[in-house]
Amino acid sequence: MNRFHDLGGQHGYGSIEVEPAGPVFHERWEGRVFGISLSVSGREGINLDATRYRGECLDPVSYFQNGYYGRWLAALELKLEEEGLLAPGELDQRLEGKLEPASSGSAPPPPQQGSPLRGLHVIREVNESPAYTQGQAILTRNHQPAGHTRLPAYARWRRGVIMRVHPAMVFPDTNAHGKGENPQYVYTVEFSGEELWGDSAEPGTFVELDLFESYLTAA
Amino acid sequence: MTLIHEHGVPEIALRVEALESLLIEKGLVSPAAVDAVIKYFEQDVGPLNGATAVARAWLDPDYKARLLEDASSAFAELGITVRDNIIALENTTEEHNVVVCTLCSCYPWSVLGLPPTWYKAPAYRSRVVREPRKVLAEMGLELPESTAIRVWDSSAEIRYMVVPKRPDRTGLMTEDELQALVTRDSMIGVAQTTAPDAK
Repeated sequence: MNRFHDLGGQHGYGSIEVEPAGPVFHERWEGRVFGISLSVSGREGINLDATRYRGECLDPVSYFQNGYYGRWLAALELKLEEEGLLAPGELDQRLEGKLEPASSGSAPPPPQQGSPLRGLHVIREVNESPAYTQGQAILTRNHQPAGHTRLPAYARWRRGVIMRVHPAMVFPDTNAHGKGENPQYVYTVEFSGEELWGDSAEPGTFVELDLFESYLTAA
Repeated sequence: MTLIHEHGVPEIALRVEALESLLIEKGLVSPAAVDAVIKYFEQDVGPLNGATAVARAWLDPDYKARLLEDASSAFAELGITVRDNIIALENTTEEHNVVVCTLCSCYPWSVLGLPPTWYKAPAYRSRVVREPRKVLAEMGLELPESTAIRVWDSSAEIRYMVVPKRPDRTGLMTEDELQALVTRDSMIGVAQTTAPDAK
């Protein structure tokens, strides 16, 4: 998806505001929205790819105005509306004082999870062997889907070298849209600064990306 | 740019409060479960996990080799359960590694906790892939041109942490003392660790 979330290499975002180690959540609402997002029982289950895609679909104000946890809130509202758990406008009505507290809903209480860190269980067994090998030169495809992808715009149609072959993993480009896991091998690919950034590259710099097999072609 | 409500509470805080109350009424969330998540990320998981492994790696070359080879097992040896697919990268004089996620804000939660604000902000995400030397210098880390820089843009479900270089003049320090030197930022790769007297 060609949109503003794909920030790598963009100009104009200013200097980095370093902060000394501070509290985990700077505002109370940040912790609440994070905690709600991780503990709410939705219909979809955990689909990180769909979660990321929702974040990419936000309007620019929701995306940038309230930072990371602002994005979590906007994406959570979107998810709840998609799943029919929150009616459009319901939250605004509550905020305007027009909506009385509902009687306890019919949904069961949320299941108590063990650790809030549930892990990234994306590795899958596949029958085929990896198409590429360590040390091989590749060219990335000029892959520009309208939906979710994990190939950043700056790395399309660029030459790189396979540094490491990883197990097959769930393919975000389809999984985000409910179109199946379609696991593929993942490769760490190294690109030189010159290849990516041309005449503005800094000497002796490289970018490493973990790319799915269908993003690649043999060079 | 945060909008402030007329009573002085940011609008977004009121919005989150209203959302939580709606979800509680609907039976979709319980305040205790939300509290538990917050407590977990505030108290139980954080950069101390990563620092524990780094200090051990500095003292024990065999452990370091295991950490770089298979981080999950190496953390398990220390009693730390890692739920992400973690890869540890070693910083040396010749080679410096730094981690980012340009597409969202992927971060090795289980070994470093939740990311700092700048890690998730557009300035770092947009710039560190294009001009890592300049960005690191701006953050206080000047690297010589002879040091190659590898920027790891976390684009799949593999999470990276950096094993920083052990500072000089720390030969007599205990494991606990070493652990205290290892900062979150040094494990993201935007800082080096320094001995206490070298500040």
